Amino acid sequence: MDAVFDFLAPVGLNETNFQFMLIAAILGCSIYVTLYGGMFSLANAGFMAIGTYVSVVLTQRYDWPFVPAIIAGMVAGGLIAIIVGLPVLRLSDIYLAIATIGFGEVVVVLIRNFDRIYEEIFDKKIEITGGGKGIKNIPVTTDTLHLIIFLLIVVYFLYRMQHSRFGRALAAIRQDETVAANLGINVVYYKNVAFIIGAMIAAGAGGLSGHLNRVIEPDDYDFDRAVDILTYAVLGGTTFFIGPVVGGMVLRYLPELLRRLKVLSFVGSIVGRDLTNEQAAVDGIINGIVLILFIVYLPGGLADPQLWKSLYRRLRPNNTQKGAP
Amino acid sequence: MLELQGVSRLFGGLAALNTVNMTVNAGKVVGLIGPNGAGKTTLINCVSGLDHPTSGVIHFDGVEIQNKAPHQITALGLGRTYQNIRLFGDLTVLENVIIAQHQHGKANLLDSLFQSPRHRREFKQQVERAFELLKRFHLDSFSDSRAGGLPYGDQRRLEMARAVATAPRLILLDEPTAGMNPVETHEFGEQILKLRDDGLTLLVIEHDMALISQVCDEVYVLNFGEMIANGTVDAIKQNQDVIEAYLGRED
Ligand SMILES: Nc1ncnc2c1ncn2[C@@H]1O[C@H](COP(=O)(O)OP(=O)(O)OP(=O)(O)O)[C@@H](O)[C@H]1O
Ligand SMILES: [Mg+2]
Repeated sequence: MDAVFDFLAPVGLNETNFQFMLIAAILGCSIYVTLYGGMFSLANAGFMAIGTYVSVVLTQRYDWPFVPAIIAGMVAGGLIAIIVGLPVLRLSDIYLAIATIGFGEVVVVLIRNFDRIYEEIFDKKIEITGGGKGIKNIPVTTDTLHLIIFLLIVVYFLYRMQHSRFGRALAAIRQDETVAANLGINVVYYKNVAFIIGAMIAAGAGGLSGHLNRVIEPDDYDFDRAVDILTYAVLGGTTFFIGPVVGGMVLRYLPELLRRLKVLSFVGSIVGRDLTNEQAAVDGIINGIVLILFIVYLPGGLADPQLWKSLYRRLRPNNTQKGAP
Repeated sequence: MLELQGVSRLFGGLAALNTVNMTVNAGKVVGLIGPNGAGKTTLINCVSGLDHPTSGVIHFDGVEIQNKAPHQITALGLGRTYQNIRLFGDLTVLENVIIAQHQHGKANLLDSLFQSPRHRREFKQQVERAFELLKRFHLDSFSDSRAGGLPYGDQRRLEMARAVATAPRLILLDEPTAGMNPVETHEFGEQILKLRDDGLTLLVIEHDMALISQVCDEVYVLNFGEMIANGTVDAIKQNQDVIEAYLGRED
Protein backbone atom coordinates (compact mmCIF):
# COMPACT_ATOMS: atom_id res chain seq x y z
CA MET A 1 0.00 0.00 0.00
CA ASP A 2 2.69 2.51 1.05
CA ALA A 3 4.66 1.89 -2.13
CA VAL A 4 1.57 2.66 -4.19
CA PHE A 5 1.00 5.95 -2.44
CA ASP A 6 4.71 6.92 -2.68
CA PHE A 7 4.35 6.43 -6.40
CA LEU A 8 1.17 8.51 -6.59
CA ALA A 9 2.28 11.32 -4.26
CA PRO A 10 3.43 13.65 -7.06
CA VAL A 11 -0.14 13.81 -8.42
CA GLY A 12 -1.56 14.62 -5.00
CA LEU A 13 -2.82 11.17 -4.12
CA ASN A 14 -1.64 10.24 -0.63
CA GLU A 15 -3.40 7.86 1.70
CA THR A 16 -5.33 10.58 3.54
CA ASN A 17 -6.68 11.97 0.29
CA PHE A 18 -7.58 8.49 -0.83
CA GLN A 19 -9.53 7.94 2.38
CA PHE A 20 -11.54 11.09 1.81
CA MET A 21 -12.19 10.00 -1.76
CA LEU A 22 -13.59 6.72 -0.43
CA ILE A 23 -15.85 8.62 1.99
CA ALA A 24 -17.05 10.77 -0.91
CA ALA A 25 -17.77 7.65 -2.95
CA ILE A 26 -19.86 6.19 -0.12
CA LEU A 27 -21.76 9.45 0.26
CA GLY A 28 -22.40 9.49 -3.48
CA CYS A 29 -23.87 5.99 -3.16
CA SER A 30 -26.13 7.14 -0.33
CA ILE A 31 -27.89 9.75 -2.46
CA TYR A 32 -27.85 7.45 -5.49
CA VAL A 33 -30.39 5.18 -3.80
CA THR A 34 -32.96 7.97 -3.44
CA LEU A 35 -32.23 9.48 -6.84
CA TYR A 36 -32.67 6.03 -8.37
CA GLY A 37 -36.23 6.12 -7.07
CA GLY A 38 -36.72 9.63 -8.45
CA MET A 39 -36.56 11.35 -5.07
CA PHE A 40 -34.70 14.64 -4.99
CA SER A 41 -33.68 14.41 -1.34
CA LEU A 42 -30.87 16.50 0.14
CA ALA A 43 -31.22 14.97 3.59
CA ASN A 44 -28.07 12.87 3.52
CA ALA A 45 -25.76 15.51 5.02
CA GLY A 46 -28.11 15.47 8.02
CA PHE A 47 -28.00 11.67 8.24
CA MET A 48 -24.23 11.80 7.93
CA ALA A 49 -24.16 14.19 10.90
CA ILE A 50 -26.35 11.83 12.90
CA GLY A 51 -24.10 8.86 12.11
CA THR A 52 -20.98 10.84 12.95
CA TYR A 53 -22.17 12.21 16.27
CA VAL A 54 -23.88 9.04 17.50
CA SER A 55 -20.82 6.89 16.79
CA VAL A 56 -18.22 9.39 18.03
CA VAL A 57 -20.18 10.12 21.22
CA LEU A 58 -20.45 6.38 21.84
CA THR A 59 -16.73 5.70 21.37
CA GLN A 60 -15.46 8.86 23.08
CA ARG A 61 -17.90 9.36 25.95
CA TYR A 62 -19.19 5.85 26.59
CA ASP A 63 -16.15 3.78 25.56
CA TRP A 64 -18.01 1.72 22.99
CA PRO A 65 -15.84 -0.31 20.61
CA PHE A 66 -15.46 1.07 17.09
CA VAL A 67 -17.55 -1.29 14.94
CA PRO A 68 -20.64 -1.45 17.20
CA ALA A 69 -20.54 2.35 17.48
CA ILE A 70 -20.55 2.73 13.67
CA ILE A 71 -23.45 0.30 13.41
CA ALA A 72 -25.33 2.16 16.16
CA GLY A 73 -24.86 5.38 14.17
CA MET A 74 -26.34 3.71 11.10
CA VAL A 75 -29.29 2.37 13.08
CA ALA A 76 -29.91 5.84 14.52
CA GLY A 77 -29.85 7.30 11.00
CA GLY A 78 -32.28 4.64 9.80
CA LEU A 79 -34.71 5.20 12.69
CA ILE A 80 -34.78 8.93 12.17
CA ALA A 81 -35.29 8.34 8.43
CA ILE A 82 -38.43 6.34 9.24
CA ILE A 83 -39.86 9.26 11.22
CA VAL A 84 -38.80 11.96 8.75
CA GLY A 85 -39.59 9.99 5.58
CA LEU A 86 -43.29 9.38 6.16
CA PRO A 87 -44.33 13.04 6.08
CA VAL A 88 -41.57 14.40 3.85
CA LEU A 89 -41.71 11.85 1.01
CA ARG A 90 -45.24 12.90 0.13
CA LEU A 91 -43.59 15.92 -1.44
CA SER A 92 -41.91 15.79 -4.80
CA ASP A 93 -39.26 17.58 -6.79
CA ILE A 94 -38.27 21.00 -5.51
CA TYR A 95 -40.61 20.77 -2.49
CA LEU A 96 -38.89 17.61 -1.34
CA ALA A 97 -35.50 19.24 -1.87
CA ILE A 98 -36.46 22.24 0.26
CA ALA A 99 -37.98 20.14 3.02
CA THR A 100 -34.91 17.93 3.22
CA ILE A 101 -32.57 20.94 3.27
CA GLY A 102 -34.69 22.12 6.20
CA PHE A 103 -34.22 18.75 7.89
CA GLY A 104 -30.44 19.05 7.50
CA GLU A 105 -30.41 22.50 9.04
CA VAL A 106 -32.54 21.32 11.97
CA VAL A 107 -30.11 18.47 12.61
CA VAL A 108 -27.15 20.87 12.68
CA VAL A 109 -28.95 23.29 15.03
CA LEU A 110 -29.98 20.47 17.36
CA ILE A 111 -26.45 19.09 17.51
CA ARG A 112 -25.01 22.53 18.18
CA ASN A 113 -27.45 23.16 21.02
CA PHE A 114 -27.90 19.64 22.35
CA ASP A 115 -25.98 20.21 25.59
CA ARG A 116 -27.73 23.51 26.29
CA ILE A 117 -31.18 22.09 25.62
CA TYR A 118 -30.42 19.16 27.89
CA GLU A 119 -29.34 21.55 30.63
CA GLU A 120 -32.52 23.62 30.24
CA ILE A 121 -34.75 20.58 30.49
CA PHE A 122 -33.01 18.45 33.11
CA ASP A 123 -31.23 21.22 34.94
CA LYS A 124 -27.98 19.31 34.73
CA LYS A 125 -24.76 20.23 32.93
CA ILE A 126 -23.49 17.65 30.44
CA GLU A 127 -21.08 17.48 27.57
CA ILE A 128 -22.32 15.25 24.76
CA THR A 129 -22.04 17.03 21.40
CA GLY A 130 -19.73 19.80 22.60
CA GLY A 131 -21.88 22.56 21.06
CA GLY A 132 -20.52 24.65 18.22
CA LYS A 133 -16.91 23.68 19.02
CA GLY A 134 -17.68 20.03 18.44
CA ILE A 135 -15.62 17.12 19.75
CA LYS A 136 -11.83 17.25 19.64
CA ASN A 137 -8.92 14.83 20.00
CA ILE A 138 -10.76 11.87 18.55
CA PRO A 139 -8.22 9.09 18.00
CA VAL A 140 -8.03 7.96 14.37
CA THR A 141 -9.57 4.48 14.33
CA THR A 142 -10.87 4.24 10.77
CA ASP A 143 -8.31 2.88 8.33
CA THR A 144 -8.31 2.52 4.57
CA LEU A 145 -9.35 -1.11 4.75
CA HIS A 146 -12.51 -0.28 6.75
CA LEU A 147 -13.48 2.24 4.11
CA ILE A 148 -12.79 -0.11 1.22
CA ILE A 149 -14.80 -2.91 2.80
CA PHE A 150 -17.73 -0.62 3.57
CA LEU A 151 -17.66 0.83 0.04
CA LEU A 152 -17.52 -2.64 -1.52
CA ILE A 153 -20.54 -3.78 0.49
CA VAL A 154 -22.46 -0.69 -0.56
CA VAL A 155 -21.49 -1.05 -4.23
CA TYR A 156 -22.42 -4.72 -4.23
CA PHE A 157 -25.78 -3.69 -2.82
CA LEU A 158 -26.31 -1.09 -5.56
CA TYR A 159 -25.30 -3.59 -8.22
CA ARG A 160 -27.78 -6.18 -6.99
CA MET A 161 -30.44 -3.55 -6.46
CA GLN A 162 -30.36 -2.63 -10.13
CA HIS A 163 -31.39 -6.16 -11.10
CA SER A 164 -33.86 -6.85 -8.32
CA ARG A 165 -37.59 -6.55 -7.86
CA PHE A 166 -36.90 -3.71 -5.43
CA GLY A 167 -34.69 -1.82 -7.90
CA ARG A 168 -37.11 -2.26 -10.76
CA ALA A 169 -39.88 -0.88 -8.58
CA LEU A 170 -37.73 2.18 -7.81
CA ALA A 171 -36.88 2.65 -11.49
CA ALA A 172 -40.59 2.52 -12.31
CA ILE A 173 -41.36 5.10 -9.63
CA ARG A 174 -38.61 7.34 -11.00
CA GLN A 175 -40.03 7.14 -14.51
CA ASP A 176 -43.72 7.58 -13.66
CA GLU A 177 -44.97 7.30 -10.12
CA THR A 178 -48.64 7.21 -11.11
CA VAL A 179 -48.20 4.37 -13.56
CA ALA A 180 -46.03 2.48 -11.08
CA ALA A 181 -48.90 2.64 -8.58
CA ASN A 182 -51.38 1.45 -11.20
CA LEU A 183 -49.12 -1.50 -11.95
CA GLY A 184 -49.36 -2.60 -8.35
CA ILE A 185 -46.29 -1.03 -6.79
CA ASN A 186 -46.77 0.37 -3.29
CA VAL A 187 -45.08 3.68 -4.03
CA VAL A 188 -45.07 5.05 -0.48
CA TYR A 189 -43.48 1.89 0.90
CA TYR A 190 -40.70 1.70 -1.69
CA LYS A 191 -39.87 5.38 -1.42
CA ASN A 192 -39.56 5.09 2.34
CA VAL A 193 -37.40 1.99 2.19
CA ALA A 194 -35.05 3.68 -0.30
CA PHE A 195 -34.90 6.77 1.89
CA ILE A 196 -34.03 4.68 4.95
CA ILE A 197 -31.33 2.72 3.11
CA GLY A 198 -29.80 5.95 1.79
CA ALA A 199 -29.86 7.40 5.30
CA MET A 200 -28.10 4.37 6.77
CA ILE A 201 -25.36 4.49 4.14
CA ALA A 202 -24.83 8.21 4.78
CA ALA A 203 -24.76 7.61 8.53
CA GLY A 204 -22.18 4.85 8.03
CA ALA A 205 -20.02 7.23 5.99
CA GLY A 206 -20.45 9.75 8.80
CA GLY A 207 -19.31 7.34 11.51
CA LEU A 208 -16.27 6.30 9.51
CA SER A 209 -15.30 9.89 8.68
CA GLY A 210 -15.83 10.92 12.31
CA HIS A 211 -13.06 8.57 13.33
CA LEU A 212 -10.76 9.85 10.62
CA ASN A 213 -10.78 13.58 11.27
CA ARG A 214 -9.68 14.00 14.92
CA VAL A 215 -12.24 16.80 15.15
CA ILE A 216 -15.93 16.95 14.34
CA GLU A 217 -17.97 20.15 14.20
CA PRO A 218 -21.64 20.64 13.44
CA ASP A 219 -20.89 23.09 10.62
CA ASP A 220 -19.26 20.29 8.60
CA TYR A 221 -22.75 18.98 7.83
CA ASP A 222 -24.57 22.07 6.62
CA PHE A 223 -26.03 22.93 3.22
CA ASP A 224 -22.63 22.93 1.47
CA ARG A 225 -22.15 19.30 2.37
CA ALA A 226 -25.62 18.40 1.08
CA VAL A 227 -24.76 20.00 -2.26
CA ASP A 228 -21.35 18.26 -2.38
CA ILE A 229 -23.08 14.90 -1.96
CA LEU A 230 -25.53 15.70 -4.73
CA THR A 231 -22.67 16.75 -7.00
CA TYR A 232 -20.91 13.39 -6.53
CA ALA A 233 -23.95 11.51 -7.83
CA VAL A 234 -24.72 13.95 -10.65
CA LEU A 235 -21.14 13.90 -11.91
CA GLY A 236 -20.98 10.11 -11.89
CA GLY A 237 -24.53 9.41 -13.02
CA THR A 238 -27.70 8.43 -11.25
CA THR A 239 -28.86 5.36 -13.12
CA PHE A 240 -25.80 3.09 -13.21
CA PHE A 241 -24.34 1.74 -9.99
CA ILE A 242 -20.71 2.70 -10.62
CA GLY A 243 -21.71 6.33 -11.18
CA PRO A 244 -21.62 7.69 -7.63
CA VAL A 245 -18.31 5.97 -6.91
CA VAL A 246 -16.64 7.51 -9.94
CA GLY A 247 -18.29 10.87 -9.23
CA GLY A 248 -17.29 10.97 -5.56
CA MET A 249 -13.70 9.89 -6.21
CA VAL A 250 -13.13 12.28 -9.10
CA LEU A 251 -14.66 15.30 -7.44
CA ARG A 252 -12.83 14.74 -4.18
CA TYR A 253 -9.55 14.26 -6.04
CA LEU A 254 -9.83 17.21 -8.42
CA PRO A 255 -8.98 19.94 -5.85
CA GLU A 256 -5.96 17.92 -4.67
CA LEU A 257 -4.73 17.64 -8.22
CA LEU A 258 -5.18 21.36 -8.78
CA ARG A 259 -3.31 22.06 -5.55
CA ARG A 260 -0.53 19.74 -6.61
CA LEU A 261 -0.27 21.33 -10.03
CA LYS A 262 -0.07 24.72 -8.29
CA VAL A 263 -2.96 25.98 -10.40
CA LEU A 264 -4.01 28.41 -7.71
CA SER A 265 -0.64 30.13 -7.36
CA PHE A 266 -0.39 30.20 -11.14
CA VAL A 267 -3.78 31.88 -11.54
CA GLY A 268 -2.90 34.12 -8.59
CA SER A 269 0.29 35.27 -10.27
CA ILE A 270 -1.71 36.24 -13.36
CA VAL A 271 -4.31 38.28 -11.47
CA GLY A 272 -1.62 39.57 -9.11
CA ARG A 273 -3.05 38.24 -5.86
CA ASP A 274 -2.23 35.43 -3.47
CA LEU A 275 -5.04 32.88 -3.87
CA THR A 276 -3.42 29.97 -2.09
CA ASN A 277 -5.56 30.47 1.02
CA GLU A 278 -8.80 30.48 -0.96
CA GLN A 279 -8.84 26.72 -1.49
CA ALA A 280 -12.29 26.22 0.08
CA ALA A 281 -13.89 28.89 -2.08
CA VAL A 282 -12.23 27.46 -5.17
CA ASP A 283 -13.49 23.97 -4.32
CA GLY A 284 -16.99 25.40 -4.16
CA ILE A 285 -16.59 27.10 -7.52
CA ILE A 286 -15.31 23.91 -9.10
CA ASN A 287 -18.23 21.93 -7.70
CA GLY A 288 -20.67 24.50 -9.03
CA ILE A 289 -19.17 24.58 -12.51
CA VAL A 290 -18.99 20.80 -12.71
CA LEU A 291 -22.62 20.51 -11.63
CA ILE A 292 -23.81 22.93 -14.30
CA LEU A 293 -21.68 21.44 -17.08
CA PHE A 294 -22.78 17.92 -16.34
CA ILE A 295 -26.47 18.67 -16.01
CA VAL A 296 -26.40 20.49 -19.33
CA TYR A 297 -24.02 18.37 -21.40
CA LEU A 298 -23.79 14.95 -19.75
CA PRO A 299 -27.01 14.31 -17.85
CA GLY A 300 -26.19 10.59 -17.77
CA GLY A 301 -22.97 11.29 -15.83
CA LEU A 302 -19.40 10.10 -16.28
CA ALA A 303 -20.21 6.44 -15.76
CA ASP A 304 -23.14 6.30 -18.18
CA PRO A 305 -22.74 3.05 -20.17
CA GLN A 306 -24.56 4.65 -23.12
CA LEU A 307 -21.94 7.41 -23.29
CA TRP A 308 -19.02 4.98 -23.36
CA LYS A 309 -20.69 2.73 -25.90
CA SER A 310 -21.24 5.61 -28.31
CA LEU A 311 -17.71 6.93 -27.70
CA TYR A 312 -16.31 3.47 -28.42
CA ARG A 313 -18.38 3.21 -31.58
CA ARG A 314 -17.17 6.60 -32.75
CA LEU A 315 -13.51 5.96 -31.95
CA ARG A 316 -13.31 2.41 -33.30
CA PRO A 317 -10.47 2.44 -35.87
CA ASN A 318 -12.18 0.68 -38.80
CA ASN A 319 -15.49 2.43 -38.51
CA THR A 320 -17.54 0.75 -41.21
CA GLN A 321 -21.07 1.74 -40.27
CA LYS A 322 -21.27 4.89 -42.32
CA GLY A 323 -24.75 6.29 -42.80
CA ALA A 324 -26.49 3.69 -40.69
CA PRO A 325 -30.29 3.81 -41.12
CA MET B 1 -68.09 -7.31 -11.79
CA LEU B 2 -67.79 -3.49 -11.74
CA GLU B 3 -70.60 -1.37 -10.38
CA LEU B 4 -70.79 2.42 -9.98
CA GLN B 5 -73.63 3.77 -7.87
CA GLY B 6 -74.33 7.50 -7.81
CA VAL B 7 -70.71 8.41 -8.50
CA SER B 8 -69.96 12.14 -8.69
CA ARG B 9 -66.66 13.91 -9.11
CA LEU B 10 -66.62 17.67 -8.72
CA PHE B 11 -63.74 19.90 -9.81
CA GLY B 12 -64.57 23.18 -8.13
CA GLY B 13 -67.99 24.06 -9.56
CA LEU B 14 -67.71 21.65 -12.48
CA ALA B 15 -69.27 18.20 -12.20
CA ALA B 16 -66.97 16.02 -14.33
CA LEU B 17 -69.18 13.13 -13.20
CA ASN B 18 -72.72 13.64 -11.98
CA THR B 19 -74.40 10.74 -10.08
CA VAL B 20 -73.26 8.19 -12.60
CA ASN B 21 -74.58 4.63 -12.45
CA MET B 22 -72.96 1.90 -14.46
CA THR B 23 -72.60 -1.89 -14.44
CA VAL B 24 -69.99 -3.93 -16.24
CA ASN B 25 -70.76 -7.63 -16.28
CA ALA B 26 -68.07 -10.29 -16.23
CA GLY B 27 -66.90 -11.65 -19.57
CA LYS B 28 -68.21 -8.70 -21.59
CA VAL B 29 -66.62 -5.91 -23.59
CA VAL B 30 -68.33 -2.68 -22.60
CA GLY B 31 -67.83 0.57 -24.49
CA LEU B 32 -67.82 4.03 -22.96
CA ILE B 33 -68.33 6.84 -25.43
CA GLY B 34 -69.07 10.53 -25.25
CA PRO B 35 -67.91 13.88 -26.64
CA ASN B 36 -64.65 15.51 -25.55
CA GLY B 37 -64.68 16.57 -21.92
CA ALA B 38 -67.62 14.30 -21.10
CA GLY B 39 -65.84 12.78 -18.10
CA LYS B 40 -64.77 9.41 -19.51
CA THR B 41 -61.17 9.62 -18.33
CA THR B 42 -62.31 10.96 -14.97
CA LEU B 43 -64.51 7.89 -14.61
CA ILE B 44 -61.77 5.36 -15.16
CA ASN B 45 -59.38 7.39 -12.99
CA CYS B 46 -61.89 7.01 -10.17
CA VAL B 47 -62.16 3.27 -10.80
CA SER B 48 -58.39 2.74 -10.92
CA GLY B 49 -57.69 4.78 -7.79
CA LEU B 50 -55.81 7.69 -9.37
CA ASP B 51 -58.74 9.90 -8.45
CA HIS B 52 -61.52 9.46 -5.92
CA PRO B 53 -65.22 10.27 -6.31
CA THR B 54 -66.60 13.23 -4.37
CA SER B 55 -69.54 10.99 -3.54
CA GLY B 56 -70.92 7.62 -4.55
CA VAL B 57 -69.82 4.02 -4.28
CA ILE B 58 -67.76 1.82 -6.61
CA HIS B 59 -67.79 -1.96 -6.15
CA PHE B 60 -65.32 -4.26 -7.84
CA ASP B 61 -66.28 -7.91 -7.38
CA GLY B 62 -68.22 -6.92 -4.29
CA VAL B 63 -65.37 -4.94 -2.70
CA GLU B 64 -65.81 -1.21 -2.15
CA ILE B 65 -62.87 0.45 -3.88
CA GLN B 66 -63.61 4.17 -4.15
CA ASN B 67 -61.25 5.02 -1.29
CA LYS B 68 -58.51 2.52 -2.02
CA ALA B 69 -55.00 3.28 -3.28
CA PRO B 70 -54.14 2.35 -6.90
CA HIS B 71 -51.86 -0.55 -5.98
CA GLN B 72 -54.56 -2.06 -3.76
CA ILE B 73 -57.07 -1.94 -6.60
CA THR B 74 -54.53 -3.51 -8.95
CA ALA B 75 -54.10 -6.32 -6.44
CA LEU B 76 -57.84 -7.00 -6.70
CA GLY B 77 -57.40 -7.63 -10.43
CA LEU B 78 -57.73 -4.37 -12.32
CA GLY B 79 -55.43 -3.14 -15.10
CA ARG B 80 -55.52 -0.09 -17.33
CA THR B 81 -53.94 1.92 -20.13
CA TYR B 82 -53.78 5.69 -20.60
CA GLN B 83 -55.16 8.14 -23.11
CA ASN B 84 -51.70 9.73 -23.48
CA ILE B 85 -49.32 6.82 -23.67
CA ARG B 86 -47.45 6.46 -20.39
CA LEU B 87 -44.75 3.86 -20.85
CA PHE B 88 -41.53 3.82 -18.88
CA GLY B 89 -39.83 5.39 -21.87
CA ASP B 90 -36.22 5.06 -20.70
CA LEU B 91 -36.57 1.38 -19.80
CA THR B 92 -36.61 -1.47 -22.27
CA VAL B 93 -39.74 -3.06 -23.68
CA LEU B 94 -39.00 -6.19 -21.68
CA GLU B 95 -38.45 -4.25 -18.43
CA ASN B 96 -41.80 -2.52 -18.88
CA VAL B 97 -43.57 -5.86 -18.94
CA ILE B 98 -41.49 -7.35 -16.11
CA ILE B 99 -42.23 -4.42 -13.80
CA ALA B 100 -45.94 -4.99 -14.37
CA GLN B 101 -45.56 -8.44 -12.77
CA HIS B 102 -44.35 -6.85 -9.55
CA GLN B 103 -47.27 -8.08 -7.45
CA HIS B 104 -46.79 -11.67 -8.52
CA GLY B 105 -43.20 -11.68 -7.28
CA LYS B 106 -42.23 -12.43 -3.73
CA ALA B 107 -38.47 -11.94 -3.89
CA ASN B 108 -37.35 -9.43 -1.29
CA LEU B 109 -34.17 -7.44 -1.21
CA LEU B 110 -32.25 -10.16 0.64
CA ASP B 111 -33.20 -12.72 -2.01
CA SER B 112 -31.69 -10.60 -4.72
CA LEU B 113 -28.66 -9.58 -2.64
CA PHE B 114 -27.71 -13.22 -2.22
CA GLN B 115 -29.09 -14.38 -5.58
CA SER B 116 -31.27 -16.90 -3.80
CA PRO B 117 -32.86 -19.68 -5.88
CA ARG B 118 -36.23 -18.03 -5.29
CA HIS B 119 -34.99 -14.81 -6.84
CA ARG B 120 -33.58 -16.57 -9.88
CA ARG B 121 -36.58 -18.85 -10.40
CA GLU B 122 -39.00 -15.98 -10.08
CA PHE B 123 -37.06 -13.77 -12.47
CA LYS B 124 -36.88 -16.55 -15.05
CA GLN B 125 -40.64 -17.06 -14.86
CA GLN B 126 -41.29 -13.36 -15.24
CA VAL B 127 -39.07 -13.14 -18.31
CA GLU B 128 -40.83 -16.14 -19.86
CA ARG B 129 -44.25 -14.67 -19.15
CA ALA B 130 -43.10 -11.31 -20.54
CA PHE B 131 -41.98 -12.92 -23.80
CA GLU B 132 -45.31 -14.76 -24.10
CA LEU B 133 -47.12 -11.44 -23.87
CA LEU B 134 -44.72 -9.65 -26.20
CA LYS B 135 -45.27 -12.40 -28.78
CA ARG B 136 -48.99 -12.12 -28.41
CA PHE B 137 -48.80 -8.40 -29.19
CA HIS B 138 -46.11 -8.82 -31.89
CA LEU B 139 -43.46 -7.00 -29.88
CA ASP B 140 -41.01 -9.79 -29.08
CA SER B 141 -38.45 -8.66 -31.67
CA PHE B 142 -38.14 -5.29 -29.87
CA SER B 143 -37.68 -6.70 -26.37
CA ASP B 144 -34.36 -4.90 -25.76
CA SER B 145 -35.30 -1.58 -27.36
CA ARG B 146 -36.05 1.53 -25.38
CA ALA B 147 -39.81 1.65 -24.97
CA GLY B 148 -39.86 5.39 -25.70
CA GLY B 149 -38.25 4.82 -29.09
CA LEU B 150 -40.97 2.52 -30.49
CA PRO B 151 -43.36 3.66 -33.23
CA TYR B 152 -46.68 4.94 -31.98
CA GLY B 153 -48.81 1.88 -32.68
CA ASP B 154 -46.25 -0.40 -31.01
CA GLN B 155 -46.27 1.83 -27.93
CA ARG B 156 -50.04 1.46 -27.68
CA ARG B 157 -49.75 -2.31 -27.94
CA LEU B 158 -46.94 -2.39 -25.40
CA GLU B 159 -49.13 -0.49 -22.97
CA MET B 160 -51.78 -3.13 -23.51
CA ALA B 161 -49.26 -5.94 -22.97
CA ARG B 162 -48.09 -4.23 -19.79
CA ALA B 163 -51.66 -3.95 -18.50
CA VAL B 164 -52.30 -7.63 -19.23
CA ALA B 165 -49.05 -8.53 -17.42
CA THR B 166 -50.55 -7.44 -14.09
CA ALA B 167 -52.89 -10.46 -14.57
CA PRO B 168 -56.11 -8.45 -14.28
CA ARG B 169 -59.68 -9.72 -14.56
CA LEU B 170 -60.92 -6.33 -15.70
CA ILE B 171 -58.99 -4.01 -18.04
CA LEU B 172 -59.82 -0.35 -18.63
CA LEU B 173 -58.65 0.98 -22.01
CA ASP B 174 -58.61 4.76 -22.53
CA GLU B 175 -58.77 5.44 -26.29
CA PRO B 176 -56.40 2.54 -27.07
CA THR B 177 -56.42 3.03 -30.85
CA ALA B 178 -56.02 6.81 -30.97
CA GLY B 179 -53.48 7.53 -33.70
CA MET B 180 -53.72 4.09 -35.32
CA ASN B 181 -54.77 3.57 -38.95
CA PRO B 182 -57.94 1.54 -39.71
CA VAL B 183 -55.99 -1.66 -40.37
CA GLU B 184 -54.10 -1.42 -37.06
CA THR B 185 -57.33 -0.51 -35.28
CA HIS B 186 -59.14 -3.53 -36.62
CA GLU B 187 -56.28 -5.80 -35.64
CA PHE B 188 -56.29 -4.27 -32.18
CA GLY B 189 -60.01 -5.04 -32.01
CA GLU B 190 -59.19 -8.70 -32.66
CA GLN B 191 -56.76 -8.60 -29.72
CA ILE B 192 -59.52 -7.24 -27.49
CA LEU B 193 -61.87 -10.03 -28.53
CA LYS B 194 -59.14 -12.60 -27.93
CA LEU B 195 -58.66 -11.30 -24.39
CA ARG B 196 -62.40 -11.55 -23.81
CA ASP B 197 -62.36 -15.13 -25.06
CA ASP B 198 -59.62 -15.79 -22.50
CA GLY B 199 -62.12 -14.76 -19.82
CA LEU B 200 -61.20 -11.11 -19.25
CA THR B 201 -63.68 -8.29 -18.96
CA LEU B 202 -62.91 -5.02 -20.75
CA LEU B 203 -64.14 -1.45 -20.51
CA VAL B 204 -63.14 0.47 -23.64
CA ILE B 205 -63.26 4.23 -24.10
CA GLU B 206 -63.28 5.02 -27.82
CA HIS B 207 -64.21 7.66 -30.34
CA ASP B 208 -63.83 5.23 -33.25
CA MET B 209 -67.33 3.82 -33.81
CA ALA B 210 -65.96 1.13 -36.10
CA LEU B 211 -64.01 -0.33 -33.20
CA ILE B 212 -66.96 0.05 -30.85
CA SER B 213 -69.17 -1.87 -33.30
CA GLN B 214 -66.48 -4.49 -33.76
CA VAL B 215 -65.91 -5.36 -30.09
CA CYS B 216 -68.61 -4.06 -27.73
CA ASP B 217 -71.44 -6.11 -26.29
CA GLU B 218 -72.90 -3.02 -24.66
CA VAL B 219 -72.21 0.73 -24.74
CA TYR B 220 -72.59 3.51 -22.18
CA VAL B 221 -72.79 7.13 -23.28
CA LEU B 222 -71.54 9.97 -21.11
CA ASN B 223 -72.27 13.64 -21.82
CA PHE B 224 -71.27 16.56 -19.56
CA GLY B 225 -70.73 14.14 -16.69
CA GLU B 226 -74.14 12.48 -17.02
CA MET B 227 -74.82 8.96 -18.24
CA ILE B 228 -77.40 9.65 -20.92
CA ALA B 229 -77.88 6.22 -22.45
CA ASN B 230 -76.83 2.60 -22.47
CA GLY B 231 -77.64 -0.42 -24.57
CA THR B 232 -76.43 -2.38 -27.56
CA VAL B 233 -74.36 -0.65 -30.21
CA ASP B 234 -77.26 -0.58 -32.67
CA ALA B 235 -79.70 0.81 -30.12
CA ILE B 236 -77.25 3.55 -29.15
CA LYS B 237 -76.72 4.56 -32.76
CA GLN B 238 -80.51 5.17 -33.08
CA ASN B 239 -80.83 6.95 -29.72
CA GLN B 240 -82.05 10.53 -30.19
CA ASP B 241 -80.25 11.88 -27.05
CA VAL B 242 -76.98 10.42 -28.20
CA ILE B 243 -77.29 11.86 -31.69
CA GLU B 244 -78.00 15.27 -30.18
CA ALA B 245 -75.07 15.02 -27.80
CA TYR B 246 -72.73 14.42 -30.69
CA LEU B 247 -74.26 16.66 -33.35
CA GLY B 248 -75.80 19.36 -31.18
CA ARG B 249 -79.50 20.09 -30.85
CA GLU B 250 -81.19 21.72 -33.84
CA ASP B 251 -83.20 24.57 -32.43
N1 LIG C 1 -57.81 17.54 -12.46
C1 LIG C 1 -58.81 18.29 -12.98
N2 LIG C 1 -59.08 19.51 -12.50
C2 LIG C 1 -60.08 20.27 -13.02
N3 LIG C 1 -60.86 19.88 -14.00
C3 LIG C 1 -60.66 18.66 -14.54
C4 LIG C 1 -59.62 17.81 -14.06
N4 LIG C 1 -59.63 16.65 -14.77
C5 LIG C 1 -60.63 16.80 -15.66
N5 LIG C 1 -61.26 17.99 -15.53
C6 LIG C 1 -62.41 18.44 -16.30
O1 LIG C 1 -63.42 17.47 -16.23
C7 LIG C 1 -64.07 17.32 -17.48
C8 LIG C 1 -64.01 15.88 -17.93
O2 LIG C 1 -62.68 15.57 -18.35
P1 LIG C 1 -62.24 14.14 -18.87
O3 LIG C 1 -60.79 14.19 -19.12
O4 LIG C 1 -62.73 13.10 -17.94
O5 LIG C 1 -63.02 14.05 -20.26
P2 LIG C 1 -62.97 12.92 -21.35
O6 LIG C 1 -64.35 12.43 -21.53
O7 LIG C 1 -61.93 11.91 -21.04
O8 LIG C 1 -62.56 13.77 -22.63
P3 LIG C 1 -61.63 13.39 -23.89
O9 LIG C 1 -62.46 12.66 -24.87
O10 LIG C 1 -61.18 14.71 -24.40
O11 LIG C 1 -60.48 12.57 -23.37
C9 LIG C 1 -63.42 18.30 -18.42
O12 LIG C 1 -64.20 19.46 -18.49
C10 LIG C 1 -62.10 18.60 -17.78
O13 LIG C 1 -61.68 19.91 -18.09
MG1 LIG D 1 -60.18 11.35 -21.85
